[in-house]
Amino acid sequence: MEYLKLTYFQVGIAALLVVVHGAISVWLRLGLERSLFVAAIRMVVQLFLLGLVLQWVFNLDRWYVVLLIAAVMTTIAGVTAVQRNRRRYKGIWLDTLLSVWISSWFVTSFALFFVVTGIDKWYQPQYLIPLLGMVLGNTLNGISVGLSTFTESAYTRHAEIETMLSLGATRWEACESPIRHALRTGMTPIINSMMVVGLVSLPGMMTGQLLAGTEPAEAVKYQVVIIFLIAAATALGTTGAVLLSFRRLFNADHQFLRSKLQAVPEKS
Amino acid sequence: MSRSPTELIAEAKQITRLADDGTRLINRVDFSIRSGDRLGIVGSSGSGKTVLLRALAALDSIQSGQLLHAGQAVSGAFVPEYRTRVVYLQQRPTLFEGTVETNLRKPFELAVHRNRAFNRDKVVGWLELLDRDAGFLDKDQQNLSGGELQIAALLRAIQLEPRALLLDEPTAALDAGATAAVERLVSQWTKQRPDTAFVWITHDAEQAKRMCQSIYQMTAGELAKDTSWNT
Repeated sequence: MEYLKLTYFQVGIAALLVVVHGAISVWLRLGLERSLFVAAIRMVVQLFLLGLVLQWVFNLDRWYVVLLIAAVMTTIAGVTAVQRNRRRYKGIWLDTLLSVWISSWFVTSFALFFVVTGIDKWYQPQYLIPLLGMVLGNTLNGISVGLSTFTESAYTRHAEIETMLSLGATRWEACESPIRHALRTGMTPIINSMMVVGLVSLPGMMTGQLLAGTEPAEAVKYQVVIIFLIAAATALGTTGAVLLSFRRLFNADHQFLRSKLQAVPEKS
Repeated sequence: MSRSPTELIAEAKQITRLADDGTRLINRVDFSIRSGDRLGIVGSSGSGKTVLLRALAALDSIQSGQLLHAGQAVSGAFVPEYRTRVVYLQQRPTLFEGTVETNLRKPFELAVHRNRAFNRDKVVGWLELLDRDAGFLDKDQQNLSGGELQIAALLRAIQLEPRALLLDEPTAALDAGATAAVERLVSQWTKQRPDTAFVWITHDAEQAKRMCQSIYQMTAGELAKDTSWNT
């Protein structure tokens, strides 16, 4: 199967649709025109830049360039995960980056070395970058949801936690229930999406492969692999982040360092 | 007052605790709790009474000084066990979801209490001293009055046979009747277990006189024995 290569003119035709959005905003005075305009421009510029960078990386075909790009992607994912957390503590950056890094790189390496074993080079950007990107996008969600659930519930349930400690609980016993709650909250979305995938939505990656001319049965195989990778990375990353923050907030003397949790003023 | 040598349940040596911004909350406080002690701490709000009690329960880290139990430093893996011997009770008790009995059973799920079990008869015995019956155990914690919450929290602590209770204004929010019940329970406990001790923070001078033999005054993070009060 072949696929149709789009011309810039054809892309421009699609861009006309933004007018629909803008017209509704003007008509109902939603005041969204300005941000819509900025967002549309940003989207186009960012994606074209990404295209350029990827093209360059694909052509260079050097392992260190691929890893550099992967490192940048991972760092951005880690930073985003922290920024979504309203209650932070000293060390949250390191904890989150470590969790994102280890979980996504471990799982992506597993895929590169044990699943897509037929590829020419282990660092082949055509495989490494999309796989890592998909994994990161989802791990980052799990981590930010899990971590903010944990810090928030440790903060609000401090009286309960300290009562447990006062009755002889170890830090782990005192904190077990908020930890479990946070891990469940972080890991549930991927399980839920596995339940309905294919029924209510066509996964983005599979859609892309179909458009690119892949046989549906082949596209499905990749999608299944991706979802398993995502589920594993989310579990690892969320658990890592929550456990690391647990160790920061509870010291070896089984004390809860609640004052370490600082609320970050919400941005408008 | 001379007493035969008694066991040191907790000994704070020159402990200082600083707030995160460096403010001195308590300053080089020496304090010891021996078996048989009934100690009161008075002082204005913000003088550091609660800070001292929490430090004695090893709930907060101290920046200098030492906390000892029978000569042993209270740190690391020993802390949970220490906290079963020296139990801190919050001013406003926290009960877990469920009935009073659920709450009383909860500590026995902890590793440190694994060799013990909930003893319903013992608890009912305490309740009878307060003219209450076993029905109290089936009450849902959501329906408890302030006084009942405090009683439930006290029972949850004393059933663990602690050596000392650290009571942080247990009756500050209670009416006269509920205050009397809390005092009665603590008095009965100390009568039945003469080798135990308590430290009681209070604003009420009369209560301090009723319940305590020695009274300390906390002023701006400094602790002093109030000799004028002592009998």
